[in-house]
Amino acid sequence: MSIIDFIQQNLDQTLTLGLEHLYLVFLSLCIAMVTGIPTGIAITKNDALAKKVIDVANILMTVPSIALFGIMLPILAPYGLGLGKVPAVVALVLYSELPIIRNTYTAIKNVDSSLVDAGKGMGLTRWQLLKEVEIPLAVPVILAGLRTAAVMNIGIAAIAAYIGAGGLGVFIQQGISRSYEEMIITGALGVSILAILVDSGMALIERRLTSKGLKIEA
Amino acid sequence: MTLATKLYRFTLFGILFFCGVKAQQIGLMEYLSDPFEMEYVMELVRQHLVLVGSSMLMATIIGLGAGILLTRDRMKKHTPAVMYVLSLGQTIPSLAVIAISLSFLGIGTKPAIFALTIYSILPIARNTLAGIQAVPSGITDAARGIGLTPFQILMQVELPNAATVILTGFRIALVINVGSAPLGFLVGAGGLGDLIFTGIDMMMPVKLLAGAIPTTLLALVGDYACEMLGLLVVPKGLRLQNS
Repeated sequence: MSIIDFIQQNLDQTLTLGLEHLYLVFLSLCIAMVTGIPTGIAITKNDALAKKVIDVANILMTVPSIALFGIMLPILAPYGLGLGKVPAVVALVLYSELPIIRNTYTAIKNVDSSLVDAGKGMGLTRWQLLKEVEIPLAVPVILAGLRTAAVMNIGIAAIAAYIGAGGLGVFIQQGISRSYEEMIITGALGVSILAILVDSGMALIERRLTSKGLKIEA
Repeated sequence: MTLATKLYRFTLFGILFFCGVKAQQIGLMEYLSDPFEMEYVMELVRQHLVLVGSSMLMATIIGLGAGILLTRDRMKKHTPAVMYVLSLGQTIPSLAVIAISLSFLGIGTKPAIFALTIYSILPIARNTLAGIQAVPSGITDAARGIGLTPFQILMQVELPNAATVILTGFRIALVINVGSAPLGFLVGAGGLGDLIFTGIDMMMPVKLLAGAIPTTLLALVGDYACEMLGLLVVPKGLRLQNS
């Protein structure tokens, strides 16, 4: 099998590119998480605002990724950031916001109001209520949003190879321009395996972090 | 019209306006007013639409068919396995699907249409399946009780009831499809990706935007059109419930 030969000969590069890919995805996921989850929680207090925020995130999601890279290029180019990792991470963060914000919002909204009332009756403050009642109950759904975002980001990060962000997309890009079939397939398989691994890894974390009481119900 | 929909449009126009200003600044208008370039761009738009149209048509037929088949009593036992494969397939990045289909279909329009079709089948099939499964069994029982044949139940009860969910799947597929179609350029299928990738390689923002803006507009218009289609396809009784 020539593909196996190719991987053996280029093991170092394959691993480096794979790690670079993961780095891009997780960096942007962390940024999106830090901004998205608080936003999602904040907008549960204001329905009109929530609709607007989710609509804007929705439009961002509709914009094709390669077009977004293209549109950001002239905007970021004057600062010398048109190509490379920065626009890639910016785009990945923008795409991750929708699943994260939407899932956080729906999860917190769907917490049984009688549970919140019970918490209030026990004298919990607003912050305690969030920390002890609402967030633990919302965790599975929030994590599902993160998982969607992570899987999607792996795909978009592959395309980001065309704006010089690195990652396994480089194999696909260079393989296509050189008509080097083994290289293309290594890149494509690598990206796919990465996506499937991250997906199942996140599913595992999802199960781990769900509080015990919720699991019995399901 | 609610405030939110107004804002949706406002934001849309805001983005368009910003793009317009930016475009004027870097000379996009000048570029497009060149009749030769304009013709080229229109040709690429046509190619793009052919890619999207033909793959969506095939994906809709296959996806709907698969979704319907898997909800028939005879096939029900295979449903979980197929669903698992479908969701696994959805995690594979679009660039990888296109690259793999390049390796066995060669260069040209064929691998692009093939990859786009494969990639769009998944959301349509999954949502058809989910939509039909979610139809309350009381309704189908009632339909059987008044003597409808299985085919009539499918056409008059199950599909109309599942229309909203199926349409959502179609919409997701369309948006993904329009967004992935530019990648078709990489395997020689043409389309607006031509301008985007060439623009990036040449560091020519004008060329790049001439491809990126129409691609974005196509996606937004397609998304909006699906929303409008919902008003036609979804039966009145169900729409009332939602709003």
